[in-house]
Amino acid sequence: MNAILALVSGLLFGLGLLLSGMNDPAKVRAFLDIFGQWKPELMAVMGAAVVVFFFAFHWSKGRSQPFAGGEFHLPSLQRIDVRLIVGAVLFGVGWGLVGLCPGPALVDLLSFRPEIIWFLLALIAGNRLAHWLIGPARS
Amino acid sequence: MYSELAGGLLIGLAAAVLWLGIGRISGMTGVMSSLFALNEPQRRWSLWFFIGLVAAYPLFHLAGAEAPMTITDDPRLLIAAGLLVGFGTYIGNGCTSGHGVCGMGRLSLRSVTATLVFMAAGIATVAVMNQLGGSV
Repeated sequence: MNAILALVSGLLFGLGLLLSGMNDPAKVRAFLDIFGQWKPELMAVMGAAVVVFFFAFHWSKGRSQPFAGGEFHLPSLQRIDVRLIVGAVLFGVGWGLVGLCPGPALVDLLSFRPEIIWFLLALIAGNRLAHWLIGPARS
Repeated sequence: MYSELAGGLLIGLAAAVLWLGIGRISGMTGVMSSLFALNEPQRRWSLWFFIGLVAAYPLFHLAGAEAPMTITDDPRLLIAAGLLVGFGTYIGNGCTSGHGVCGMGRLSLRSVTATLVFMAAGIATVAVMNQLGGSV
């Protein structure tokens, strides 16, 4: 059951990214270009997604466990520290350079475009480098 | 505007299914890291999520829909960006999905902070590149 729900969630997530145009790096960069030719439409993507998840999260507070059983795995980290800020800055710079964040890059994988493959290989290298050099954050 | 709104609703629905269904946060950074730790049973859902995610592209096109994509072809830029995004999201514990959608949706101050910071860094990067005049 967990596998099916995760599969469906991944599929819906991917379709949402494609439908919204989040998978198009040029559109994302135009969204970030607030001092130039700003295209604000992508704000609706995050806005709508946040509102839907807000209600889902609120609903879950009245439940002792998820529908498929087990438990709710709430992120344990709460502190705002240097690690969080440095990570967010590095991520933001990389995001602005090309217009790809991890989800859209993964969604575009099966386009087999060489640009996506280059980016994904570097993305994985960066992820593993941080894992080996610094390791997971602890609460 | 409607396709952006509909896409956002689908993304929110996807996050809701994962949270209410199996109690997991749909963060792409976590999913990617988990793909390298599939020997841990509690992380195996990530593989299924990943399969669904990448299957969306061929299904979307099979359904006759179009998803245009324009991206730089400069390998140096692509590699630098990939390294920064991979490294930054790992140490910051999340990206646009985990912090941006789920974290903001549950009103986490940590995630709101991360989202504001990476948005600002992205905006600044695009602005600086435009100032340099398309040489990058």
